[in-house]
Amino acid sequence: MNAITPTVTPYVIELPEDVRRLNLMVASVHCAGCIRKIEGALHKTPGVINARVNLSTRRLVVDWHAPENNASRLVQLVSDLGFPATPYDPEMLSGANAREESRLLKSMAVAGFAAANVMLLSIAVWAGYDGGMGDATRGLFHWISAMIALPVVVYSGMPFFKSALIALKGRSLNMDVPISLAVILASGMSLHQTIQGAQHTYFDASVTLLFFLLVGRYLDRRARSKARSAAEQLVTLTATSATIVNGDGSMQTLAVSQVEKGMTVLVAAGDRIPVDGQILSGESDVDASLVTGESLPANVAPQTLVYAGTLNLSQPLTITVKACGDGTLLAEIVRLMEAAEQGRAKYVQIADRVAAIYAPAVHILSAATFIGWMMFTNAGWEASLMAAIAVLIITCPCALGLAVPAVQVVATGRLLQHGVLLKSSHGLERLSNVDTVVFDKTGTLTTAELHLTNGEDISDDVLALAAALAQHSNHPLSRAITKTWGQRPCPDVSNISETPGFGLEATQNGKNVRLGKADWCGVDLDGIPAPFASAVIWLAHEGSEPLQLIFQDTLRNDALETINALRASGMDVIMLSGDRESTVSQMAQALGIDHYAAEQLPAHKVHFVEDLAKAGRHVLMVGDGINDAPALAAGHVSMSPASAADISQNAADLVFQGNSLASIPASIRTARMAHGLVKQNFALAFLYNAIAVPLAMAGLATPLFAAVAMSSSSIVVTLNALRLRLTKWSISS
Amino acid sequence: MSALSILIPAALFLGLLGLVGFFWALKNRQFDDLDGAAERILLDDD
Repeated sequence: MNAITPTVTPYVIELPEDVRRLNLMVASVHCAGCIRKIEGALHKTPGVINARVNLSTRRLVVDWHAPENNASRLVQLVSDLGFPATPYDPEMLSGANAREESRLLKSMAVAGFAAANVMLLSIAVWAGYDGGMGDATRGLFHWISAMIALPVVVYSGMPFFKSALIALKGRSLNMDVPISLAVILASGMSLHQTIQGAQHTYFDASVTLLFFLLVGRYLDRRARSKARSAAEQLVTLTATSATIVNGDGSMQTLAVSQVEKGMTVLVAAGDRIPVDGQILSGESDVDASLVTGESLPANVAPQTLVYAGTLNLSQPLTITVKACGDGTLLAEIVRLMEAAEQGRAKYVQIADRVAAIYAPAVHILSAATFIGWMMFTNAGWEASLMAAIAVLIITCPCALGLAVPAVQVVATGRLLQHGVLLKSSHGLERLSNVDTVVFDKTGTLTTAELHLTNGEDISDDVLALAAALAQHSNHPLSRAITKTWGQRPCPDVSNISETPGFGLEATQNGKNVRLGKADWCGVDLDGIPAPFASAVIWLAHEGSEPLQLIFQDTLRNDALETINALRASGMDVIMLSGDRESTVSQMAQALGIDHYAAEQLPAHKVHFVEDLAKAGRHVLMVGDGINDAPALAAGHVSMSPASAADISQNAADLVFQGNSLASIPASIRTARMAHGLVKQNFALAFLYNAIAVPLAMAGLATPLFAAVAMSSSSIVVTLNALRLRLTKWSISS
Repeated sequence: MSALSILIPAALFLGLLGLVGFFWALKNRQFDDLDGAAERILLDDD
């Protein structure tokens, strides 16, 4: 947990009376047992006043008395319980967002209160039209409505007014402009009517309108902030540290940001290399899968260049820092990714595209009504203005405002339920019109775990011997052997030693046993055909013929099924890989993919995806490695498995959990259905307008009519969105 | 008519009571951790 110790202090918040507070992210809490373990242990710790786990956000707040304890010790304690904890700054992370969300919720509650009470009064007034309600009573009811509605419109309408102002300042129109205009004009006109003692007021319409729209907006925001908080956790968990070897041989732990070029860094076996550098001493195997996408480790020796983000497997290494921070290959990949992301920022959501046509249309219709009434009737400017405002209220996009959020909320919830995290707000919309799916190979179509393919050809005795050696090594091939052998007993071997880059050596009953590369085992490869494999190693037992062990990358269980399902729904499937041509073509054949490209560097992948986009394709990029991150950002939309590198999960629009690829076609199907529902909802909203607007223009829209039309259209749109829940979550239609 | 002078304030008062209750709950962070509350019910000590 050195990773946290040096950086924990800046996150400590000082409260009065020597109390200190620390906010921690604890990603692995998931049940009551975890809560009790953490809170119980902390409460028993001297100095701790309060410890509270929030299970929804997977966060922990600890308050303690400063003299009696310190932050590092508390973090260590939580981590030792088996819950790695990362400190964070709540203000920086989600302070503004949480405040905005709570503001929306309050606005919604206030609008709900007002809507209920004003409606109560309005229903009495409507019932009184024929029942002979006296003018004085109606006047009283209108005044009470006004006193409830006006402050509420100012308070609850603020989110819309602000957004409309921003749009107007930017010389554009969004949905909030007609909403704000309608609400303000309706309230203003109703106040005027109330003062005049007239029959019709629209207070009920303006507050219910606000209430419905706030419900839509709050739900939308909540669904997204849930996904975002998961993404935020990924970002902060990337903080790492480096162990520096000083000139006098002493060691020191520094945050990666403090490391400078020319320093010497020690990387223990099993640690991630924090910088780009050249190896000074040590020989080891390095798993570069996050950078190259390939699962087989590379052998490294002094003078070899290694990159930040790669994993040192077998022996400690000392490295001279060549580049750190912004200068690393990793940072270069991030820059490629950011450049690719800019294209995506230009995407205009369907709701905004509709608003761009809808808002001016509403304003023109309303103005036309006013002019029409002035020119062709002798009703006077007051009645003309009333008719014009009625048009604004009637057309006010209550159903339109709910059309997208209602569907979005149902779809996001559904995806989440099946372990798919929707990260970006318009990812779902972009996913719906995908026509080409580009897969990365290692880690995406395969699990990036190697398995022994010729296990049947090898006798159990030999395999047991191999496992006996392999269990002493961390090399992925060794792990694959021990996994194949499982828990069965192994023969006794002694004097086991590992030579990085070559293999293992041991003695059994006085005889030498070697497991590793061909030349390590004394095998002459001349004349032996190379099998189709990701890797081959040999086992040489003194006195008998050397045997070869063949390894293959494991395909995900449902890879073939998924690709067939995607193809059946009319999509083009392409495979991109950084791996060798022979391996990639073999894999493509096995999966029935005709279109593939091998030996692709990160920049190649981006160009490949961009070229497809230029050809008019809508590409879904699916990848997991850091090398895929730029391509993920360049895709029309992108998905990555939860096992992916943090940076790739960040670049992806959707992150899917578990080992199954079936989430991909199922998510596309959900997105397409959601998009269909959004279009239907817009159609319903327009249909309603087509009926209501002419009535309003003719001056026939009474407040009762407005209230009924508005509520019913909102309910229809919401119910339509809920239909998404009725469909089955499956790989194909 | 005279019934209205009681009923309307009564309706408004009850509505306000609900609203104040909601704000109280919000302020006391009752909605912050919905999943946690569901699980905590299973703990018997504390």
